[in-house]
Amino acid sequence: MRSGRGVARQLATGLPTIVAAVGGVVVGSLMLRAFGIDPASAYRSMFDGAFGDTDALIDTTLKTVPLLLIGTGICIAFRSGAINIGGEGQMILGGLSGVAVALLLPSTPRPLLVVLVLLGGALGGGAWGAIAGALKARYSVNEILSTIMLNIVALQVMNYLLRGPWLDAAQANGLSRVPQTERLSPNADLPVLFGGGRVDAGVIIAVAMAIVAYLLLWRTNLGFRLRAVGSSPRAARTAGIRVERGIVVGMFLSGALAGLAGAIAVFGSASHRMLTDGSAAGFTGAAGYNGIVAALFGALNPLWTIVSSTLFGALLVGANKLQRTLQVSSSLVVALNGLLVVFVVSSERLRRWTRRRLDDRPGAGSTVPASSPHGAAARGAVGAERTQPARPVPSVGAP
Amino acid sequence: MSEFFTSAVIVATVASGIRLAVPFLLASLGEMVGQRSGVLNLGVEGVMLLGAFAGYFTVLQTGNVWLGLAVGVALGTVMGVLTAVMSVTFLADQGISGIGVYLFGLGLSDLLYQRWVGTPTTIRSFSPIHVPGLSDLPYVGEALFSHNPVVYAALLLVPGALYALNHTTWGANVRATGEHPEAVDSLGVSVAAVRYSAVIIGGAMAGAAGAYLAIDLGIFQQNFTNGQGFIAVALVYFGAWRPIGVLLGSLLYGMVAATVIQLNTLGIIPSSASDLAAMTPALITVLALVFVARRFSEPTALTRPFQRGA
Repeated sequence: MRSGRGVARQLATGLPTIVAAVGGVVVGSLMLRAFGIDPASAYRSMFDGAFGDTDALIDTTLKTVPLLLIGTGICIAFRSGAINIGGEGQMILGGLSGVAVALLLPSTPRPLLVVLVLLGGALGGGAWGAIAGALKARYSVNEILSTIMLNIVALQVMNYLLRGPWLDAAQANGLSRVPQTERLSPNADLPVLFGGGRVDAGVIIAVAMAIVAYLLLWRTNLGFRLRAVGSSPRAARTAGIRVERGIVVGMFLSGALAGLAGAIAVFGSASHRMLTDGSAAGFTGAAGYNGIVAALFGALNPLWTIVSSTLFGALLVGANKLQRTLQVSSSLVVALNGLLVVFVVSSERLRRWTRRRLDDRPGAGSTVPASSPHGAAARGAVGAERTQPARPVPSVGAP
Repeated sequence: MSEFFTSAVIVATVASGIRLAVPFLLASLGEMVGQRSGVLNLGVEGVMLLGAFAGYFTVLQTGNVWLGLAVGVALGTVMGVLTAVMSVTFLADQGISGIGVYLFGLGLSDLLYQRWVGTPTTIRSFSPIHVPGLSDLPYVGEALFSHNPVVYAALLLVPGALYALNHTTWGANVRATGEHPEAVDSLGVSVAAVRYSAVIIGGAMAGAAGAYLAIDLGIFQQNFTNGQGFIAVALVYFGAWRPIGVLLGSLLYGMVAATVIQLNTLGIIPSSASDLAAMTPALITVLALVFVARRFSEPTALTRPFQRGA
C-alpha cells in the first residue's frame, strides 16, 4: 500500500528520533568510558534491570504509566501551540486534589470513590494547566516561564500540606517525620491487575488515554481546531477558530492528564498514600520533565508516545540497576535525557531538509502545508502570530 | 514581628539581600543580552548548575576561589557556544532545547558530584574587602561596603551593559538583530555572528552566577540552584529587557529571599509555613510576568530563528 517514497517520508519524520537515539548512545558510552566503566556491560546491566525478569518488567510498567500520561498531555499541548513545562506541578496538584477528595469523602462506596479521586486529580491538574493557558491567552504571558513558576508553587504547597496539616499522625509522633499522608481510604484503592498486586489499573488508563488523545487530535472537530491553533494561530483565527480558547483547552487537557498521573501515583501505589522526600522530584520522579522527552521522542504523536514512554520507563529502571551494580548515579540518565531533547530539536533542520528533498522530486505527492508543531509552539506569546507566516513544512507524525 | 525591626537585623537583611541578588544579577544580565539579540536561552538553570559544580570542585581541589570562579566562567562559555550552535545554527526550538540543557546540567552536575566528591564538604569562600572609611560607617558600612569583590564587580556590570548595548556598534547590532534580523542581514552584518556573541556572553555569565553561588555559600548539592536560573530568565522579562530593570528585579528577589530567611531564623514565620513562604519568589514572578506583558513588548524577533530567504 505504501510506496517507497512514503516509507522514506515516514523515515524522515522519525529522523530526529533516530539521530537523537544514536547520539544518546554514543555520548552515554563516552561518559561511561570517562568513568572507567565498560559501556557494553553497563548497557547489558540496564537492559537486565529493565526487562530481565518479571519484577523488572513490572517496575518498567509502573515507571511508564506517568510518563505516558504526561507525554500524551504534552502531545496535546504542543500541538495546540502551548509549550507545557508544567507537568511536574500539574501532577502534584492532581495528587493533592485526589487526596483532598479521599479525605473529604472517605466512606463513599468503593467504585464510586475510585472514579471520584481520579476525576478530582484530573480536574486539579487541568485547572493548574489552564491557569498558565489563560495567562498566555489573555495576557500573552510566556507559558514556559509561567508553568515553571507554577511548578515551584505546587511543590511548596505539597511540602507544606504533607509536612503540616496532612502529615500522617504516626509520622508526626515519630522522629523521622517522612512527609506523607495517612493511609488513605481503602475505598479509593485502584483495582489491582496482576504482578502480585503491584500492577494497578493505571496502566490501562494510561494506554486508553493515549488512544483517546490520538483520536481526539486527528478524528474530531475539537482536535482539528486545536491543531489549527498550534500550527498557525493567524490562519486559525481567519477561519473563525477562537485561538485563545484553543490554548486554554489544550493546556487544560494536558494538565488533566498530568493530574490523572498524580492521582494514580497516590491511589495505585503500594502504600496508598501521597508521599515525598522533600526534594523537587520526590513525588513525581521528574515525570513532568521526562514526559516531555518521551513525547518528543514519539514525534508528538500519542500512539508513538506509548512506545517511547515504555523505552524511557525502561531507561529509568535500568538506571537504578546501574546505580546498584556499577555505582554510577542514576543522574546519568537525567543528563542523557537532556541530551536527547537537544538532539531531537536540533535535528529538526535536518528533517525539514530531508523532507523537502523528498517532496521536490518529480512526481512526489503534495503534502498539506502546516508549520512544524515545535516551531509554532515556540512563539512565546499569542501576539507573536502577526509576524509568523506558517512555514511550508509537513507536520510531524500526522497520519 | 518587632524583633525584625531592629537596626541590627535590618542591616544584616539588607547586606544578605545584596549578596543573594548577585547570582540573579549575573545570570539575568547575560540572559538579557541574548534575548536582546533574539535568542531565548532557557538553559540558564542547567548552565548555572554546571558552573556551580565546576567552581565548587575547583575550589575544593585548589583552595583558590578566583580560579574556581574562572573555571565556572569557562564552562559557562563552552555551554554558551553549544547553546548558540543549537539555536542559531541548527534552528532548534528555543523553548524546548533549553529544557534539554537544564536536564543535562541537572544530571551531569549531580553525576560528577556523586562520582568525584560524594560526601558534603564545605569549601573556602570569598573574603569581603574592607573599604577604608566607608566600611566603618555605622549601618551603611555593614549593609553596603562589607561585601566581597564579586558583588561590586557584578554591580559595575550594570552600567557596563548599558554602555555596551546603547553606545557601541556591537550593541546596536544586537538590538537590531533582536528586532529585525532581516534588516541587519541586508546591511551585510552577520546575524549569526551577532547572536553567537550575545549567547556566548549569556552562557559565560550564567556559569559565573553558578560558580559564585557555590563558592559564596561554600557548598554544592544535587539541584543546588533550585530554580534560580529559571527565575533569572523571568527577571529579564521583569526588567523589561533593560539593565536597570534587571538590577532592580535582582535586588528585589535578593531582598525577598533574605527577608524570608531572616523571618524564619527569628521564628516569626512558624517553621510549618516556611514552605509556603518559599513560594513567594515564584508567585511574584507570575504576577510580574502578567504586568510586564501588558506594559512592555519583548524584542520582536525573540525565539525566532533566522534563516536567510526563509
